[in-house]
Amino acid sequence: MDKRKTLKVLITAFCLIVLSLFFSSVSDSAEYVIPKKFTTPPPPFTPGIFPCSQCHQGMPADKKPRKLEQMHQEITLRHMPDGWCFDCHNADNRDKLRLANGKLISFGESYYLCGQCHGTVLRDWKAGLHGKRTGQWNGEKEYRLCVHCHWPHEPAFKPLTPMPPPVKPSDIK
Amino acid sequence: MVYYVKNFFMALQEITKGNWKYFAWLAFLSLLVIAGIAAYFGQVERGLIITGMRDQVSWGFYIANFTFLVGVAAAAVLLVVPAYIYHFKPIKEIVLFGELLAITAITMCIMFIMLDMGQPLRVWHILPVIGGMNFPSSLLAWDVIVLNSYLALNTLVASYVVCKFFTGKEYNLSIITPLVIISIPMAISIHTVTAFLYNGLAARPFWNASILAPRFLASAFCSGPAIMLILFQIIRKVTDMEIEDKAIFKISELIAYAMGINLFLLGAEVFKELYSGTAHTEPIKYLYFGIHGKSRLVPWIWTATIGNIIAFFLFLFPKTRENFKTLNIGCILIITGVYIEKGMGLVIPGFIPDTLGEIYEYWPTTHELVITLGVWAAGAMLYTLLLKFAIPIHTGSLRAVPRDKLISMKQAP
Amino acid sequence: MKKIIENIDGINIDRRTLLKGAALGLAGTALPLDKADASFWDAFFQKHFREMTEKDLKKVLERLEKEYEEKHKKAVKVGAEKALPDVLFGYGLDLSRCIGCRRCVYACVEENNQSLDPQVQWISVLRFKKGDKWMDLENSEKYYNPQQVPEPGYFYMPVQCQQCENPPCVKACPTRATWKEPDGIVVIDYNWCIGCRYCMAACPYGARRFNWGEPKRPPEKINPNTHYLGNRPRYRGVVEKCTFCIQRTRNGRYPACVEICPVGARKFGNLLDPESEIRYAIEHKRVFRLKEDLNTNPKFYYFFAYGK
Repeated sequence: MDKRKTLKVLITAFCLIVLSLFFSSVSDSAEYVIPKKFTTPPPPFTPGIFPCSQCHQGMPADKKPRKLEQMHQEITLRHMPDGWCFDCHNADNRDKLRLANGKLISFGESYYLCGQCHGTVLRDWKAGLHGKRTGQWNGEKEYRLCVHCHWPHEPAFKPLTPMPPPVKPSDIK
Repeated sequence: MVYYVKNFFMALQEITKGNWKYFAWLAFLSLLVIAGIAAYFGQVERGLIITGMRDQVSWGFYIANFTFLVGVAAAAVLLVVPAYIYHFKPIKEIVLFGELLAITAITMCIMFIMLDMGQPLRVWHILPVIGGMNFPSSLLAWDVIVLNSYLALNTLVASYVVCKFFTGKEYNLSIITPLVIISIPMAISIHTVTAFLYNGLAARPFWNASILAPRFLASAFCSGPAIMLILFQIIRKVTDMEIEDKAIFKISELIAYAMGINLFLLGAEVFKELYSGTAHTEPIKYLYFGIHGKSRLVPWIWTATIGNIIAFFLFLFPKTRENFKTLNIGCILIITGVYIEKGMGLVIPGFIPDTLGEIYEYWPTTHELVITLGVWAAGAMLYTLLLKFAIPIHTGSLRAVPRDKLISMKQAP
Repeated sequence: MKKIIENIDGINIDRRTLLKGAALGLAGTALPLDKADASFWDAFFQKHFREMTEKDLKKVLERLEKEYEEKHKKAVKVGAEKALPDVLFGYGLDLSRCIGCRRCVYACVEENNQSLDPQVQWISVLRFKKGDKWMDLENSEKYYNPQQVPEPGYFYMPVQCQQCENPPCVKACPTRATWKEPDGIVVIDYNWCIGCRYCMAACPYGARRFNWGEPKRPPEKINPNTHYLGNRPRYRGVVEKCTFCIQRTRNGRYPACVEICPVGARKFGNLLDPESEIRYAIEHKRVFRLKEDLNTNPKFYYFFAYGK
């Protein structure tokens, strides 16, 4: 009786482990391999700023969080509390971005980086729901990177000047 | 055939004869018609933008007048019923004038519809077979059918009766009775279909009330006869046509019942709207009290409502009903009251607030008023001319020239 | 039912031509002579769009192109692309994103050749107070004009033709001048509309517009890529409305309002395609349609992608 019970528990545990391994691998691949139903334009860099290695090549990386005083002072990070450059940028190869798990990605794939926190938004974006689409509704769609609409250092959408209101019916002559 | 055609033209000559008052009246009407036509040319030139209508209030004064006149036309049946079926003689003698009024009113209705159309030249698109009539789905298609059938039917009955009188014969009841019987549901249907035209639109809560068709009929049975009562008094004054007081008082009694029902139905509607107080109450609030400081129709609708109530009491009591002074006051109150209530008071609140909640206070422009006045003048002229040769025929002073005499006349010159 | 009607129509063509001939004789005396050229009569007797044969249609399109070139001094191409098979268009609008900037209103006007004077716009953007009665149309504001949008304390809802599956306007039209296409777009034949405006009274969404005056638009602002049932230049005295940019969408493109929206609040696609954006929205988000109690069954879905 006792043996049987132990066996049952063991089999169940084994099954669970196999299953969880299977699912984790699935979710892993789902995270990194997006079926390319879409194209994105290149990131909206300030002209001449990329590749970052132009300047950063050979420059020692100071990894200590601090207020920048020599360069990039114009950037105020209004994104996450206590955020710091190297949360996203990669210290050793400046032409890449760095995910929390240490994986390096190109600037053209920055949505993986954003998706680390904004997972539901990334999901909607992939489905075509979040963000602007152009192109063909039944064919090639052009997506935009997160950073095309959200300046990553201060991502809140900026207010716009509205277009003029319609003419009132009493003023249509 | 030649005999009938000849005689017809001879009867037609009657409209060229008359005293100075007759010609002055015609000249006055012509002036208004010409002004209306001139204003209409402005509309042809620039489009309906010369009216006060806009996308928010897309129907206005033209359709308001149309709706009122359909009621007037329908009310002819009220005279037909007792006259032909129950042989109530005093009314039977004047029923012809009711039918001629119906013909006039429908003609005016058609004019108002044509005026309101953005592309009047394409009117044939609404016809069956050659056009694309959306029957039975569109209530407007139904309205086209019933209005034209009603016009045809009344023209048929009236011309048959006139024709018989003209040749000095009594009309054949076996021919006239079935036509009259058909004309009763027809009269009810023209106003019911016109009510359904509004009633069927779920987009417009003000109209989307099942009480609308009964209200239409009740108010039509007030305004139509009221107009006739005034006309009968004029007719017996300016022509040698005799109309008995008995007929007039009988009709005014019927008006009292109709107005009673009309006021009751109005009360039922106002109660339901205001007591339930849903968002759909906005139009009736606009009509009676004004909303968001917009209250252009308020004085008009109260004038109408109070006028109708006063008229109801004037017609209710035999003492005031059978006194021509109070009778005429009552008639005027009813005509203006129903004209406001079933015209602007019905059409405009359907659009205010519009389906997206916007309030645009429509008011007819001078152009619209002049064109509308032109149509009324044209209607008055048509009715005058119809009466001008129908009355002498009716009284017997104008009779067809007998066959042999006609031949001798032909040889004479 | 529909087939029977079509058959009847088919049989009656000869009689119809005959009757038209008779009408021509009568009307000929009543109309001004300077207009009595062939093109005028061709236009006058033009058949209903759905009753035209391919040959008829080709002739009509050619005539229209000629007319437009004369009138607007610009070559305009008038297409008549048919509905794509297995397509039912649906539209999504994310109310949690819309900032009320009216970019869509003007992109629509640019694309669809509406009259600039008198002004005709197909999209109305309404502003609502947050925290008030939900969707209180009577207290909404269409003419808001602040320095910047979105304004704190308000939300915005653009309204245009909802392309109902059960359209009250189509039911109302006395001449069948407006109908629902197989891809679900409700269209108008501007050459068949008599301008009675019954459809405008019937529309619960204030989507239909009437050309009260002569539509005016300078030639340089005319979009020359048009569709017969869509954005071709209009006439005075006819009704018009949003067609989901039929001239674009039947060629696979997104409507102009979708492409201009700076916040990506507007979504468009094929309701029959489970992979489409619109289907994703319907299946994954809180969706509602305007005035659902009227049972018009719109194919225009409002949704909330996130809760703000």
